[in-house]
Amino acid sequence: MSRIEGYGRVDRSRTVTVTVDGTEYTGHPGDTLASVLLAHDARPLGTSVKFGRPRGIGAAWVEDPTGLVQIEEPFPEPMVLASTVEITDGLVARGVNGQGRLSDVADVARYDHRHVHCDVLVVGAGPAGLTAARRAARDGLDVVLVDDRPEPGGTLTGTETIDGRPSREFVADVVAELAADPRVTHLQRTTAFGHYDDGLVLALERRERGASRQRVHRIRAARVVIAAGAIERPVVFEDDDRPGVMLASAARDFLHRHGVLAGREVVVFTSDDAAYSAAVDLHDAGAAVRVLDARARVPEVWARRCAERGIEVSADTQVHGTLGDDRVTAALVGAERREVPCDLLLVSGGWNPTVHLFTHVGGRLGWDPALGAFRPAAPLPGVEVVGAADGTLDLAGCLRQAGGADAPHAEEEHGEPTMVLWRTAGEPARQFVDLQRDATVADIARAVGAGMRSVEHVKRYTTIGTAHDQGKTSGVVASGITAELLGRPIEDLGTTTFRPPYTPVAFAALAGRARGDLYDPVRTTAIHDRHVAAGAEFEDVGQWKRARHYPQPGEDMTAAVLRECAAVRTGVGILDGSTLGKIDVRGPDAAVLLDRLYTNMMSSLKVGRVRYGVMCGNDGMVFDDGTVLRLADDRFLVTTTTGNAAPVLDWMEEWLQTEWPDLRVRLTSVTEQLSIFAVAGPRSRDVVGAVFADLDVGNDAFGFMSWQDTALDGVPVRLARISFSGELAFEVAVSSWYAPALWDRLIEAGRPYGITPYGTETMHVLRAEKGYPIIGQDTDGTVSPHDLGLGWAVSRKKPDFLGRRSFARPQNQDLLRKQLVSLLPVDAATRLPEGSQIVHLAEDGRLPAPPVPMLGHVTSSYHSAALARPFALALVKGGRERIGEVVGVPVGGELVAAQIGDTVLVDPEGARRDG
Amino acid sequence: MQLIACPWCGPREELEFSYGGQAHVAYPADPAGLTDEQWARYVFFRDNPKGPFAERWAHSAGCRRWFTAVRDTRTHQFVSVGPLAGSEATP
Amino acid sequence: MAETLTARHPLEGHRDQLEALSAALAPTLALELGELVAAVDLRVDPGSGGADAVEQVVGGPLPARPDTWTALPAGQALRLGPDEWLLTSAAARPEDWEFAVDEAATAHGGMAVDVSAQRTVLWVRGSAARELLSTGCALDLRPRSFPSGRCAQTLLGQAAVLLVAHGEDDLQLVVRPSFAGYVVDLLVDAAREFPPSRHRKETP
Repeated sequence: MSRIEGYGRVDRSRTVTVTVDGTEYTGHPGDTLASVLLAHDARPLGTSVKFGRPRGIGAAWVEDPTGLVQIEEPFPEPMVLASTVEITDGLVARGVNGQGRLSDVADVARYDHRHVHCDVLVVGAGPAGLTAARRAARDGLDVVLVDDRPEPGGTLTGTETIDGRPSREFVADVVAELAADPRVTHLQRTTAFGHYDDGLVLALERRERGASRQRVHRIRAARVVIAAGAIERPVVFEDDDRPGVMLASAARDFLHRHGVLAGREVVVFTSDDAAYSAAVDLHDAGAAVRVLDARARVPEVWARRCAERGIEVSADTQVHGTLGDDRVTAALVGAERREVPCDLLLVSGGWNPTVHLFTHVGGRLGWDPALGAFRPAAPLPGVEVVGAADGTLDLAGCLRQAGGADAPHAEEEHGEPTMVLWRTAGEPARQFVDLQRDATVADIARAVGAGMRSVEHVKRYTTIGTAHDQGKTSGVVASGITAELLGRPIEDLGTTTFRPPYTPVAFAALAGRARGDLYDPVRTTAIHDRHVAAGAEFEDVGQWKRARHYPQPGEDMTAAVLRECAAVRTGVGILDGSTLGKIDVRGPDAAVLLDRLYTNMMSSLKVGRVRYGVMCGNDGMVFDDGTVLRLADDRFLVTTTTGNAAPVLDWMEEWLQTEWPDLRVRLTSVTEQLSIFAVAGPRSRDVVGAVFADLDVGNDAFGFMSWQDTALDGVPVRLARISFSGELAFEVAVSSWYAPALWDRLIEAGRPYGITPYGTETMHVLRAEKGYPIIGQDTDGTVSPHDLGLGWAVSRKKPDFLGRRSFARPQNQDLLRKQLVSLLPVDAATRLPEGSQIVHLAEDGRLPAPPVPMLGHVTSSYHSAALARPFALALVKGGRERIGEVVGVPVGGELVAAQIGDTVLVDPEGARRDG
Repeated sequence: MQLIACPWCGPREELEFSYGGQAHVAYPADPAGLTDEQWARYVFFRDNPKGPFAERWAHSAGCRRWFTAVRDTRTHQFVSVGPLAGSEATP
Repeated sequence: MAETLTARHPLEGHRDQLEALSAALAPTLALELGELVAAVDLRVDPGSGGADAVEQVVGGPLPARPDTWTALPAGQALRLGPDEWLLTSAAARPEDWEFAVDEAATAHGGMAVDVSAQRTVLWVRGSAARELLSTGCALDLRPRSFPSGRCAQTLLGQAAVLLVAHGEDDLQLVVRPSFAGYVVDLLVDAAREFPPSRHRKETP
């Protein structure tokens, strides 16, 4: 047990029990899994990924390259750092041998998202961050302060003095001042993991309580202050991966934060001053300590402090290796590899400023030879880097830099500069650079030998910096060693790119609320509940839920659709067509605009009449189709396909606003204002006539492709004789407020005629039997109106309209273009799968050896009640010339013979549309 | 997530906007008078400069107005945002 | 045959759920269905005098500044764009409202189209109203940035909405009816972040 009385900020009055690798350990609130394991001398934790070498805890926070655990309870999580897991009762974990594993149970936790706006975001609540936040708050600004650790204060241990008082009191004072300010939001356990354009920072909050487990804050800040501190850098030597080798700052952290002494017999190997404070503190807590300083000169002040304590300090001394099995037992010192016994080997090779958030937004780094590290080289607008993140490593300097006029005060410390030491002499194949990847100096040498000259290439060749820690301790060291091997200065090489996220973020946290039913909006029509009550099966059409068919007990889709089709062809059916896009086109130039957008002439349409229209892009390919009602000289109602409602409106607005602003036309979407029901079938006139008794629905008074306004109980209703089935049909449009009531009224009136609600699948069959294409199903953006047999809808009178010029391009004149035709399987039984390829049918009826020339593909395929057989629509090269020809369609390894025919299979004379 | 300054609504997240490609590519006055190559150039070809580029953007999820913006394709920074298309009205 | 054709609120099926939630979360949060009101989309060139003519008919001033709204005797006038307003009336029938505004506007080259059933209103009220909306809306909703009198067309989650500020704790959400169910589900889900009691403000 290495828990030291009088140290640490854990709550010793309470005990927490956790299980690691089957053993129960007790700790206290405030402990991490790492500190509990160290307190019980329980290591190593697992084995390395490639060589199976033992792995222990190497650092006290997110920079640890080795101390990975798999969390089993309360919720399975793979490959989490023991140093970042706050313990809770019942926590179960185990060390990771090689790789972790993904959970095989669903994550039941909730993840929240918040958009936050502020004047100043401060990242890091160490001395610099707290001071910067206080300064901004005192300026009256909206401040957000985030810090990734459980408590504020950063690296302050409590031994420092700020403004003449213990540093922890300074922290408490600032935190209290910020808490009292309503314009300040202060979040601990919140990692700013990505920095993006225009002051956007994403931060992940690990929540202790509340409905959600984690919360992603999308913080938009006018100014971002990065006070993220610095990460200590190791020195690479032989067998530096052995458990018990640790960053010097980490041992100090475990002592002051958790009251845990990570070793009793300690060797500190350093090339900078900061490790001395670890040596002194660990000595004072009861460890036997000796310091090996790689530098020729030992800093005076630290030499004195060590001498006072009897800590032996050797200058100009380097560790070349270690001994031990599962844990370090001795350091091998100097070229002679003298054995110095120890159970903890602390290493410090200087500090790398935590510049991740600075570089995410394009901040440039430069090598600072005095600092021996990369730091921000040029300012970024809206971004400020203060404290250790900017390379200001001393406390007095941090406070001064962050504090402005009323900066807190700390004593200056004067020491010796850091010596840049990437590695000591030894066997490169056992000098580990990235401990998680088992990547060594020998791997870097191989990369350089293979011709790699850029650190980005070395990274990809060696995998250094690609593990969970993203090279927080290994990245710059790898640059340094590469530079040495190449004989070039490190400033020429730079660092690899730091990319978000700074620490791993669960996909679930990024998804937030957009999971399950909320993943994508579900759009429903005004009578959705009527469909549900009628037992509809729904299909997704874009974001809409549309009733696909209404199976009765015992019916599958095929049976239901055949029944619904028969009802429309012989009696009456009703369809909810409310998802169709609807655009009100108003203004003196409305007809001019539509003439330019549609292939047909719309200006000649008479008020009271309806015309089917086709829209093409400039490339002459069909973009959308629909009906156009002329409501007045200066007013049209345009319908679009369901999926194209927004794109068509956008398309029309684009031309109107950017190309033809002189046209006096305005466009309004009324897609959801109006609900539309299609009442179709030979008995539809009876039903409509019964509901709208005042209206003459006879063919003479109300002809095909005309519309009439009426009212029902004072509510305006518009009817139109439009048919998408070839049958006598009426489209009934009403304000969506009244849609449920009107639907009920039509169903009620249709009951004597056996009115049958039908869905989109039935609608598709009925229109396909008539050869009406569905844009987006029978077309794919490479199909012209002529290819679809819609040449009749292309005006020859208009001088121009969108797409017209492209019709004359040679590509569009090609006689072998794919054309829409019908396909009837010769066996009258096989339903050809949609998307099937079409090929020549050889004499032997078998598929020839590849390559097999493709003639086209099946676009729509159904069983037909009217034809009593399956049929299909297909795009076939030169299809209309091939009518009568029998082709082959590979279906499940067999070649099915099918005859090409005209697209109109039911009622080619059009005798049924008038009833 | 960049902010784009809609001339009418002010700065909004880029998610609210849709891109309309190169600006100032006028619909030809007489398409029928163009050769196939000239027409194809209008339909299919656009500039792709490295540096400032005049583009059309629409504030689709906001006021639905189109406007012209100059964006530096190297940095994605919006250099300037022009007035609304087809409207004399300014805020 | 049947009785009079009756109007139905697009969120009728959610009414009980929202009432229960509002009762449980008061005064932190309330989600309430707005009444069905007549609404037109007015398009008129602001320089044409059409706006003045419409003001005469609707009995109140049209907002002059972008993204703002003004109160009308029985409704609201919301500025949606340079030449576009949404005008509502709780007193008029939709077809009458359309006719009246349209008549005034057309004389000046403008027009009005009935969109009463194209939009659904949901009220978001309570001390956490803005915080709730900030779970899905990227706009700066701090009261200083989005004070009473402002409105904005933007996104809530993945739905296009018109957000209207009536007060610090009182916001109006206007959404297409087909998206209204999604928006309610989204907000009800987000409301679970606000416990019935001892709620404290967590973000600005």
